[in-house]
Amino acid sequence: MNEGSSALALVLSGDPALYAIVRLSLVVSLSAVGLAALVGLPLGGLIALTRFPGRAGVIVLLNAFMGLPPVVVGLAVFLLLSRSGPLGSWGLLFTPTAMVIAQAVLITPIIAALTRQTVEDYWSDYRDELNAMGVGPLQRLMTLLYDARIALVTVLLAGFGRAAAEVGAVMIVGGNINGFTRVMTTAIALETSKGDLPLAMGLGLILIAIVFAINASAWALRFYAERRIG
Amino acid sequence: MSDLPITLSNVSYRVGETSILRDVNLVVRTGGPTFVVGPNGSGKSTFLRLAMGLIEPTTGTIDWAGSRDPAPRRRAMVFQQPVMLRRSVMGNLLYALEQAGVEKSLRHRHCEELLQKVGLSDLADRPARRLSGGERQKLAFARALARSPEVLILDEPTASLDPSATFALERLIAQAASEGIKILMASHDLGQVRRLAGDVVFLHRGQILESAPVQDFLAQPRTAQASAFLRGDLIMED
Repeated sequence: MNEGSSALALVLSGDPALYAIVRLSLVVSLSAVGLAALVGLPLGGLIALTRFPGRAGVIVLLNAFMGLPPVVVGLAVFLLLSRSGPLGSWGLLFTPTAMVIAQAVLITPIIAALTRQTVEDYWSDYRDELNAMGVGPLQRLMTLLYDARIALVTVLLAGFGRAAAEVGAVMIVGGNINGFTRVMTTAIALETSKGDLPLAMGLGLILIAIVFAINASAWALRFYAERRIG
Repeated sequence: MSDLPITLSNVSYRVGETSILRDVNLVVRTGGPTFVVGPNGSGKSTFLRLAMGLIEPTTGTIDWAGSRDPAPRRRAMVFQQPVMLRRSVMGNLLYALEQAGVEKSLRHRHCEELLQKVGLSDLADRPARRLSGGERQKLAFARALARSPEVLILDEPTASLDPSATFALERLIAQAASEGIKILMASHDLGQVRRLAGDVVFLHRGQILESAPVQDFLAQPRTAQASAFLRGDLIMED
């Protein structure tokens, strides 16, 4: 209980080192969501709207990749970015950029798979109407992604939740370097093993609060938007 | 570019083993409204979807002014349950105008004219999915007019509307017909057929049993099935 109250005191003290960690976590995970959205939204929409040989296999693969273990993604990105790896010359290993890449790889399948499902549902509803309006393939994709925008916010949120909560990938490719690549999850893991429970608990509290706040605002946005656009 | 006449030659449509339409031959030409009538399950919707080019016949051919390309040029469709895009009323219309290839600078003016025409000007900013059933059909109708169609295909557009909304939509349909738009419409409401139709195609269990001017069809049906339908008997599908 003593540790609980010192954890709270630490959160409320506004300790700059603590808030630097929080800020980096947000920057990394939100950037990863942005990057994954750039790939996952069009990819999911495209798979939903096209028929090609092996499509069922691609969908199964995508759904399976939703459960990729973060440490495995971390290892793969580590191998790519390490000095002797194919992208070693970029010198990105143990930087926040590497962490963004790893988290983006982790959540792109989640965003693509959920987008595929959502767009396919919308398409079955819109098909006749859009065909009767003579809407071409590219316009069709844009229209469905736009009209599904509220549902897709929830999809992005699922991706963010996964990115913000994972520890394995950022630990491997970021290295948990104090003041540079240390984020909330890696800090919690470290402080717990060091025995600094107040700091670990304080970070845990903040992490939960942030995830809660983002979900609440997305829910509010959705509630408001559904009343606006139905 | 034209979409008329629409010619269906020996058209059949099957889903698995079930035959929905059999050996349909019909030419839809310029002229008064053509009404497709018949009991539920007679194949009216399938017939219209084929004529619109939304589905392909299992056997037989359909052409639009001689072209076999099903992409709609000068035709538009209003469905029984139209899908409203998740945008405002005006957003829906602007979208339809854009898809119809109307130049951007002209879209807003067209949009206002169409809203005026169907009586939705006051609801321009309302989310389309918040409209009542009658208002949705008016918007769907305006969206169809946005394509400045030569043929307008309507699949029982008033089937789930109350009498006043039905009346409003019928007036719009009559007006479109008087402006020279060919109407091809399904209905099982004989009063509506009497009020709007020029000629009638009677479908029964996937086959065209009669095709005649509306007065002839109503006064002297040539088949027992049509007589029964006109008397209001329930024609059972077996």
